[in-house]
Amino acid sequence: MSKLQPSITASQRPPIEPERYELYAPPTYQFTLVRRDFFKVLGGGLVVLCLLPDTLTQGAEAQESGGGRRRGGGNAAPQDIGAWLHIGEDGQVTVYTGKVEVGQNIRTSLTQVVAEELHAPVSLITMVMADTDVTPYDMGTFGSRTTPTMSPQLRKAAAAAREALLDLAAQQWQVERSLLVVSNGKVTHSGTQQTANFGQLTKGQQLVKTIEAADLTPADHWKVAGQSVPKVDGRSIVTGKHQFAADVQRPGMLYGKVLRPAAFNATLSSLDTKQADTMAGVKVVRDGDFVGVTAPNSDVAENAIDALKADWKTTSQPSSAELFDYLKKTAKDAGNPAAPSPIADAFSGAEKKLEATYTVAYIAHAPLEPRAAVAEWSDGKLTVWTGTQRPFGVRGELANAFGIPESQVRVIVPDTGSGYGGKHTGEAAVEAARLAKAVGKPVKLVWTREEEFTWAYFRPAGVIDVTSGVSHDGTLTAWEFHNYNSGGSGIETPYEVPHKKIEFHQTQAPLRQGSYRGLAATANHFARESHMDELAHTLNLDPLEFRLKNLKDARLRAVLEAAASRFGWGKTKPAANHGFGIAGGNEKGGYVATCAEVAIDRPSGRVKVVRAVTTFECGAVINPDHLKNQVEGATMMGIGGALTEAIEFADGKITNPHFARYRVPRFADAPTIEVVLLDRKDLPPAGAGETPIVAIAPAIGNAIFDAVGVRLRSLPMAPKGVKLT
Amino acid sequence: MSTIKQLHINGEKRTVAADSERSLLHVLREDLGMTGSKYGCGEGQCGACTVLINGQQTRSCITAVGDVAGKQITTIEGLEHNGHLHPLQEAFLETGAMQCGYCTAGMIMSGVALLNKNNNPTQQDIVTSMQGNVCRCGTYTRIMAAVQQAGKQMQKGVK
Ligand code: FES
Ligand code: FES
Repeated sequence: MSKLQPSITASQRPPIEPERYELYAPPTYQFTLVRRDFFKVLGGGLVVLCLLPDTLTQGAEAQESGGGRRRGGGNAAPQDIGAWLHIGEDGQVTVYTGKVEVGQNIRTSLTQVVAEELHAPVSLITMVMADTDVTPYDMGTFGSRTTPTMSPQLRKAAAAAREALLDLAAQQWQVERSLLVVSNGKVTHSGTQQTANFGQLTKGQQLVKTIEAADLTPADHWKVAGQSVPKVDGRSIVTGKHQFAADVQRPGMLYGKVLRPAAFNATLSSLDTKQADTMAGVKVVRDGDFVGVTAPNSDVAENAIDALKADWKTTSQPSSAELFDYLKKTAKDAGNPAAPSPIADAFSGAEKKLEATYTVAYIAHAPLEPRAAVAEWSDGKLTVWTGTQRPFGVRGELANAFGIPESQVRVIVPDTGSGYGGKHTGEAAVEAARLAKAVGKPVKLVWTREEEFTWAYFRPAGVIDVTSGVSHDGTLTAWEFHNYNSGGSGIETPYEVPHKKIEFHQTQAPLRQGSYRGLAATANHFARESHMDELAHTLNLDPLEFRLKNLKDARLRAVLEAAASRFGWGKTKPAANHGFGIAGGNEKGGYVATCAEVAIDRPSGRVKVVRAVTTFECGAVINPDHLKNQVEGATMMGIGGALTEAIEFADGKITNPHFARYRVPRFADAPTIEVVLLDRKDLPPAGAGETPIVAIAPAIGNAIFDAVGVRLRSLPMAPKGVKLT
Repeated sequence: MSTIKQLHINGEKRTVAADSERSLLHVLREDLGMTGSKYGCGEGQCGACTVLINGQQTRSCITAVGDVAGKQITTIEGLEHNGHLHPLQEAFLETGAMQCGYCTAGMIMSGVALLNKNNNPTQQDIVTSMQGNVCRCGTYTRIMAAVQQAGKQMQKGVK
């Protein structure tokens, strides 16, 4: 079995987040193959291939778990195709991209930008996404990269297609090209009013256009992009017709289940399958420590797993009770705090100095759709339907696990029941494929909630030590920030400080950990923005005023000021035990500020977030309503990490692997959420799935302090309410 | 262990052959190919599998199929009639009350159960009735708006 092991990559200097996993071989895309086969597969028409600029094949993606550079060899660049677009003889526009829809609504936003540049209605366009046999290679859907990288590629392809259609019309009609216009999916001659739709123009053609650059419509001229186009497949969702990976059915399909070890790192010492072997329709599959069953339905599969008698050899492992000590103790590059350094001088000269430690617990993504896969072998070729953010990465995992070339593996990712950074890997895919191989039939395998809580990976826990120096007038003079284990994203401070030392320290992680919405930016913002609040209170300054005094970044100032003004910052609190808090930050090209109002119930100490106002700015806005939806969702999810969510573990076992014991936000936790979008049409759009989550936790913590004078420095802050003295 | 041979689903009689102890959710999804109801936890903790049993919202994952033989089962597949959506389905589309959509079927079924009893629910009514439904994408405020909007339509007699 292929088992992912955390890799150890020492990286002392942020902002690069170290990769947390061994990477599997990414494939090289074969351009020539495509060209030859294109029209065979798609039928005639017009194809536009969009070449990737060099810069996109490396860079930000390397920060994510399972990310990393594409291995292209010496000839990589010219063969790198980011996306392609086909206009068929029926006039249908089909766009192919390796990106995955996980609820961030890129199926809609990408359709919009294509419609915009092609001057065609949204209804004419279909997106084919994340099918490794028919879509171009893509590193994965993470890091808020779709909007800044895929979206411009598709815009270029669409713009080039529009120009090619004009060429075709000019040729076919033997007219002056400049007299032709494209609008609403048609080319029209402005003089004669002769008109043709895209299908009529592409009929009988086999045209391939390869482009690197094209003129794009500036955001202030957008007509379709920039609008709140409804989710393009919304109807199939509300009717229950959309097929998620676990909904895929194949003829003769069986249901699989895996026997889980008694603890992490346990090894199988004995297995008795006698009883399970006698169950009707059940087959037990063993391959080393991997044990699974197939059965005619899930209930029988469960019973069969229960009927297996296994002994596991376990080892003693750290528990959540000692987590933070353990992280500090195992830090690989903690440095020598006693050594003289310029930062030490800065602190000794500071008029006021403040030290504090913040911690964040391990938390789970808990996507509502747990990992699931359907695997089918046919003539040595493997096809797997699964929900993952890295279809091509999972193809590599499968090829590796079975020792077959990637060309023999097809991964199809139906629009997925979310990921939040938690579905970069293909465990269920590999397991289903192993079982399917053993029984010679398609196998569906759906992880239980308990499995998802236990055998997926977690957002890294962390310890963050902050020391700051400030002058009496509220000017920051020195800033030292050490993050142990949680990561380097968002670790740099946006505030002006003459002396700073900011470091990320790898540790020996006690649990399997990986990407999570916003990566470590959430932890780093929690520590920094809580600390800024503490400093403001120490100095008797208003927390907003103190921030602005030390901040030059105009975009961050703008979101802080806009959030404060919508919230009514500085107004009197509505009642006793209510408090206001503010926090802000920037990451991945997005700028966010949140103001929160909390109410603390006495004497239970229960915290209710009453109201949250978030301002977000990520350049030009492509779909305002979907962007708002993302910000609202990030706010809700952030409330969970802020107040209640924590993975508990001991001796290699997760001890709260159920929704009943791992408290995710529910209806009662929803505050009034107000979202203020600053639409910067002068700036290129950035992604928005992640950054809006970073400010809510510190805003809540700061509001709790404002309400009851208790400073909470550990996430989650109040799983059992605030302890009031 | 007895075998259940027939179920009443969405106004139709459906033939099955399922051990009475099996979960209704698995029988719907695996034996009948009705995959609109989702598995989210299998423990009655998330609401993704919600169906109506004689009009009451019910977690099909912890309901033995033997307990619902002879009762009226309504699933998400049964809300649309001749291309005409239920007002709550319409309201979900209009308010954009979803992201990944995995919770949506369960949310709509829970919402329909509430609206059938009370077509003018307050936010507190919705919280009380739907606290068992998780939307991990965090679209709660939109779902509440959708339920109230659908309620207004139903008050006007829209079905
Ligand atoms: S799947 Fe039934 S309540 Fe979660
Ligand atoms: S929309 Fe994703 S869980 Fe609700």
